[in-house]
Amino acid sequence: MKPKVAFFDFACCEGCQLQVANLEEDILGLVNLVDVVEFREVLTGSAPEYDVSFIEGSITRPEDEARLRDIRSRSKVLVSYGACAATGGVNKIKNLWGNIDKVKKEVYDKDAAMPHLETYPTKAVHEVVKVDYFVHGCPITRSEFLKVVKALVFGTTPDIPQYPVCVECKMLGNECMYDKGGVCLGPVTRAGCNAICPSNNVSCEGCRGAVPNPNNNAMHEVLAKYKLSVDDIKRQFTMYALDPEVGK
Amino acid sequence: MSSNAIHIDVHHVTRVEGHGNILVDIDNGEVKTVRWSVPEAPRFFEAMVVGRDCTEVQPITSRICGICSIGHTFSSLKATESAFGITISEQTRRLRKILNHGENLQSHILHVGYLALPDLLKVGSVIPLATTHKDAVLLVVKLHRLANETCDIVGGRTTHPIRTCIGGFTKVPTEKELAGLLARFESAIPDLKTLAAVVKSVAGGLPDFVRETEYVSLTDPAEYALYDGIIKSTDVEGAIPVDQYLRVTNEYMNSQSTAKWAKFNRESYMAGALARFNNNHTQLPPLAKAVAADLGLAAPCCNPYFNTVAQVVECVHSVEKTIEHLQWLIDKGVKNEPVSFKPREGRGVGAVEVPRGILFHDYTYDKNGKCVKANCIIPTNQNHANIQLDMDKLVPQFKDRGKDELQLMLEMLVRAYDPCISCSTH
Repeated sequence: MKPKVAFFDFACCEGCQLQVANLEEDILGLVNLVDVVEFREVLTGSAPEYDVSFIEGSITRPEDEARLRDIRSRSKVLVSYGACAATGGVNKIKNLWGNIDKVKKEVYDKDAAMPHLETYPTKAVHEVVKVDYFVHGCPITRSEFLKVVKALVFGTTPDIPQYPVCVECKMLGNECMYDKGGVCLGPVTRAGCNAICPSNNVSCEGCRGAVPNPNNNAMHEVLAKYKLSVDDIKRQFTMYALDPEVGK
Repeated sequence: MSSNAIHIDVHHVTRVEGHGNILVDIDNGEVKTVRWSVPEAPRFFEAMVVGRDCTEVQPITSRICGICSIGHTFSSLKATESAFGITISEQTRRLRKILNHGENLQSHILHVGYLALPDLLKVGSVIPLATTHKDAVLLVVKLHRLANETCDIVGGRTTHPIRTCIGGFTKVPTEKELAGLLARFESAIPDLKTLAAVVKSVAGGLPDFVRETEYVSLTDPAEYALYDGIIKSTDVEGAIPVDQYLRVTNEYMNSQSTAKWAKFNRESYMAGALARFNNNHTQLPPLAKAVAADLGLAAPCCNPYFNTVAQVVECVHSVEKTIEHLQWLIDKGVKNEPVSFKPREGRGVGAVEVPRGILFHDYTYDKNGKCVKANCIIPTNQNHANIQLDMDKLVPQFKDRGKDELQLMLEMLVRAYDPCISCSTH
């Protein structure tokens, strides 16, 4: 029997589920492998339980936390996909304000106290429920998503890179963003995007989160070489909620 | 339940972007409740960008929307460029217009083919159509792929473009890549004609419902407005400068929605493909005009379900205009244009037509180029009140059709607006 697969989203732009639609002809192949039973943006239908649930978006309200726990309880495997789910992504920038009431006031002004606008500091999916696998990126990389789905269908463990973006960037022969006068998070960010930003002349912003066991010394050497301080790059770490410990 | 009592409670309408609910109560033939509500989680983008450097503002606000990230990118860059007094080159303008068309084509094809067509063919999704209407589905996929690959080639990535920056592009496509695209766009013309014929064959299934409303879009003396323009409303003589957008949008909170609502001269107005068509149809290029006539779309059209038909017409428009821009770039040759700018204190407003309608970004910067205030007004914000008022008229008019048909009509109405609900909540 084909595995029953479902897609859900919380606070996000839904750009990662669009990458699934953007697989184009490959989706037609994918629906031969799996049975998509719930996917609000694409189809009408629901199911009581799922073999694999894909969760997109961050958790910002008690009712969303309850909905996520319910989905988890009905899912054999749960995948947190896209930066908003996997790290909290740009949604965590609001946490830096330290005071949620001020955040609400900035956006809703005199209406900020309306009960339906309640929100709390953003949480990534794994900060609420157990996550079995992650697909990183803002947005996710289509080929990596396909790789994860195939691995799950065939019962193997998806092979996700454990090395930094710099490795991919160097293999492509790109000129280093630091040599161009930029400040790039490639040395500490998890690879898997094929260094897409530096390849387009834009510094890595760290959307895929920190690589496991980042080499802090190497990062400091890079900063020293280009006469930069930790403060020069600190703000960039806050774009996609990269662990600030990495920069210390 | 007697036949004149109907209860409709659609929790999370399917085949739309984001979370929206429909509630209808009819008791003893009397309509008690008709409610379009949005429970989407707000993300607080206007607070996120406060304190950020000008170069980080567009990468952040692009993330408001996965489907129209290119439109957000350009509204954002135009607002910042206006604040800093930056003018862009003709090459940059043409490349941006290609991306703007690529996104509209991608989004419209997705809506028409994947989200709306299943209703007209009486199925729950595009998946069964891959077996029953294989040729039509493959055609939709082919056009969708072309639109996405155009944005990959020109913008570096289709969702959250990478190469677009304040003042220009960090990298430009090669002439070989542009020539390859041109050939594909030329061969897309017959594909679009086939798609229009498929839509025509099922368009009789669109409900016959009319409600006259105010239509707001950009307008541009030079062409059918998307990237450039000033504000036009069917209720106002003459155009309104973009920096006076607050006169038009008048956003307000409402307890049934976490997204703000908007109104101008009436209780609601409509933005999107149908508004653009009603305001600017005389400027459509020849083939788009012919397709509109063939599909029975004539201005002023006040049937909101025909927004989907207007999107088909705009797909043709986008292909015709993209060919023109590609040809121009190939003739002139593309070159790397280094960009440099100096931030200055001030405020700037940017407006662009995106798939679902007119989009505004408004930023204030300090002298170091740090953002101190932001406001983003999304097309779907501007459509929420209009959806509610359409429902208010539609339910009494069609309540005798019974629950199932009424519910389908209401869901189809929401889908016709192709709402970007999470984007409107941002």
